[in-house]
Amino acid sequence: MGTLFMRFLIGGVVVSLFAALGDVLRPKSFAGLFGAAPSIALATIGLTIHQDGKAYAALECRSMMLGAVGFFAYTLVVAWVLRRYRPSALRASLLLMPTWFAVSLGLWLLFERRT
Amino acid sequence: MKRIEVNLSSLRETAPHEFAVRFFFGGLCTVAAGLMAKRFGPGVGGLFLAFPAIFPASASLIESHERKRKAKIGSDGRNRGRLAASLDARGAALGCVGLVGFAFVLWRWVGGHNAWLMIPGAAMVWLVIAYTLWAIRANRPKRTVQALRKMGS
Repeated sequence: MGTLFMRFLIGGVVVSLFAALGDVLRPKSFAGLFGAAPSIALATIGLTIHQDGKAYAALECRSMMLGAVGFFAYTLVVAWVLRRYRPSALRASLLLMPTWFAVSLGLWLLFERRT
Repeated sequence: MKRIEVNLSSLRETAPHEFAVRFFFGGLCTVAAGLMAKRFGPGVGGLFLAFPAIFPASASLIESHERKRKAKIGSDGRNRGRLAASLDARGAALGCVGLVGFAFVLWRWVGGHNAWLMIPGAAMVWLVIAYTLWAIRANRPKRTVQALRKMGS
């Protein structure tokens, strides 16, 4: 329970810091980079190494590459939909979230389970 | 080349509850990533290290801030806000390529090296990749930016 609370606090702080960086930086396209900063990974990798070891953390990072490809696909789809159809940003980004799940889990099923 | 600027006054546009939402979702996603790894193993858990945790909240904030700025001068900034959120998403796409670099560095080298050096090193790799791609892209003509400028004038 203590570890979960620690994760929550560290994750909240790190993610908020990167989000605040994105707020203050201009131009917007540059600030957008910080929307895909490795905030969750930075918050959690140190704890993972401490608890489960480096080999376990390395395995997580291998999968993280697939998650990042899913994130990439998701942001491209969100950007295109916002530009083409102009829905609200919140609606578009939430409704298109399955894109991340489909690409990430699809790639994981394709590559990771083979190894 | 576009100049990168820091505008601290933007922080004042963010309401306290908006900071709280980011903190909550950031914390929640970090906990969820840990729980997924415990339940399904590091293979599935690792995917969630690249989960778009606060992307919806950030995109929505960008849209609402742009709308408010335009409302102050008496115009409807809805379209402009949505185009600004679209630009932010395209920036995030470049950050994702950096994210792959970050994960690759840790996957390959965290095992054999000092983790407390490798983690900041991987973060630097993320920054360098993301910045380089952004700089290359910033020198190309962009339809969305042109559309934003047209609306602003």
